[in-house]
Amino acid sequence: MGVKCGFYQGATNCCGCPETIAIRNILEVAGKNTVVVNATSCLEIVSSQYPHTSWGVNYIHGAFENASAIASGVTLALEKLGKKGNVIAIAGDGGTLDIGLQALSGTLERGDKICFICMDNNAYMNTGIQRSSATPFGAWTTTSPPGKFSIGEEKWKKPIVEIVAAHRTPYVATASIGFIPDLKEKVKKALEKKNQPSFIHVECPCPLGWKFNPSKTIEIAKLAVKTGMWILYEIHNGKLNISKPAGKRKPVEEYLKTQGRFAHLFKPRNKHIIKKIQTHVDDEWERLLENQ
Amino acid sequence: MVRKVLEGSHAIAEAVKLCNPDVVAAYPITPQTHIIERISEMVADGEFKTEFSRAESEHSAMSICLGAQAAGVRTFTSSASQGIALMHEVLYNVSGMRLPVVMAVVNRSLSSPLNIWCDWSDTFAERDSGWIQLYCESSQEAFDTIIQAYKIAENEKVSLPVMVCIDGFILSHVYEPVNIADKKLVRKFLPKYSGRKMDFDKPVTQGAWAGPDHFQEFKQAQHEAMRNSKDVIREANSEFKKIFGRGYGNGLVETYNMESAEHAIITMGSLCGTVKHILREKRIKDIGLIKVKSFRPFPIGLVKNSIKDLKSIGVLEKDISLGLGGALCYEIRGLTRKQAVSSFVGGLGGRDVKIEDFMRMFDDIREERRGLVWV
Repeated sequence: MGVKCGFYQGATNCCGCPETIAIRNILEVAGKNTVVVNATSCLEIVSSQYPHTSWGVNYIHGAFENASAIASGVTLALEKLGKKGNVIAIAGDGGTLDIGLQALSGTLERGDKICFICMDNNAYMNTGIQRSSATPFGAWTTTSPPGKFSIGEEKWKKPIVEIVAAHRTPYVATASIGFIPDLKEKVKKALEKKNQPSFIHVECPCPLGWKFNPSKTIEIAKLAVKTGMWILYEIHNGKLNISKPAGKRKPVEEYLKTQGRFAHLFKPRNKHIIKKIQTHVDDEWERLLENQ
Repeated sequence: MVRKVLEGSHAIAEAVKLCNPDVVAAYPITPQTHIIERISEMVADGEFKTEFSRAESEHSAMSICLGAQAAGVRTFTSSASQGIALMHEVLYNVSGMRLPVVMAVVNRSLSSPLNIWCDWSDTFAERDSGWIQLYCESSQEAFDTIIQAYKIAENEKVSLPVMVCIDGFILSHVYEPVNIADKKLVRKFLPKYSGRKMDFDKPVTQGAWAGPDHFQEFKQAQHEAMRNSKDVIREANSEFKKIFGRGYGNGLVETYNMESAEHAIITMGSLCGTVKHILREKRIKDIGLIKVKSFRPFPIGLVKNSIKDLKSIGVLEKDISLGLGGALCYEIRGLTRKQAVSSFVGGLGGRDVKIEDFMRMFDDIREERRGLVWV
């Protein structure tokens, strides 16, 4: 599978890592005529230690916050060279929502034809699980520890998909490694936007940072969708569609209890936080339905 | 060849057009803006066919150049001051990845206090970034050096990025007659980009990370390339002279009025023009000029050789390494055994360095005054 899809075996990722699952499937759709521009991140570290590489496609890593700008440069150069191919920028949630937001906005505004994929594992996992603006409300991280005066992370996740969509980017979607056919379909649609940028936000459950058994990665990814903690949808030419499978949502508690990062929420004094998260998910779901 | 009266910035834009980079990315900052404004007009009029990206920051402008150059095309950007500071980390990415990007820098001070005028604090702060730094005395030299910069950067023995530095306002906004080289001759001197192009059938990983067992070897290789670049800079200068009839010393260092000189003033950039003027007008015989054109690579042997028989020297520079002194002076001091070295720091934040200042400096050098003198 490795050679065919452009990502070889031998990456040094943790057991149960969702990102290598995602990248193998993304590259299977993108094919060999692809350039991956990677921000400094878990994915970069596990795949490109000199003198080795896991990449079977052209791969460039520059810095943390500039993947989209480098990708812009690549796409302009390919245009000049008369080469047709996919330029995919990949960054973590930090490299997308936080430090990479300005460069991403520039690329989107200029309309450079790149596909930007955010591999969102909800925190700065590469540096040891520090909170980012993608860390969910109530979650433990090393910089949002629950304590006497803290319930863990106290801010709601930054709505990056809508921020990207506000640039009038023609294809914006969320995806999950728990629903691979849906992910692949979305990558296909994104790459079909030949002359415009596109954006896919992939949720990547991290066993280490979320504190769950590495054998449960896919299960937790699925559960996130089934509880509405992660809603699969796309905004295609301005039209919002909630993706299948939607179905009847399970209570968020079923998702939260699977991960050590939410363990403190089950203490009696924090029970109201779970309720708050449930209300937030319900509201978010309603809001998206209304906009559909 | 056409002779035109041009602003320094526009001379650079003309040279860039002749080098025909495939991708230009830039972000506005005073006093560099006239370069990209002129390039914008050239692109709008169809006389310069390049992919011109108006980046949302200097950090992204340099990153766009990184991506384009890594994909296999010639690139250009220009910036100054805070813009250079903002792109700091990407400068290291570009040189470490051995990408021959060329950038014009219109030297300007670094805030704070905010100041838009010339000194060299922006590029001196990037002294160790792995970029070749060439400083120009005139608009003509800026024009010629841009063309040479691509030749130097893209030489496979070098494969390093180059900054072509001009003094903000003093050169960038002043009109001077400039000989515009003939396009065919430029093409002869600088053929189309022939570096490695991205190939989907032979994928390459660029920008890999290296652990303690490899990282140092990368730095050694960059240092070796810097050393190699000295010969390449010299060759570019002499080949350019053969074709276009203009040269600047040996490309690394230029000397003036050294025939009977017992002392010398060492400086860079537009200050050299002022020194030449004074030495000529006042018929000063005992003082010569040593112009350091290449600050990186630093021409150690050449400078050492030019100063070895002198009684004393002075170093004038528009920068200050706070807590040490003039950075250029300290590099020169490392090359002298017996002579007194006077250190002059002046012109910071655009302060004019006047003829009478030079006359005083000349006296200080003759009197072997030591220590730092603020001009």
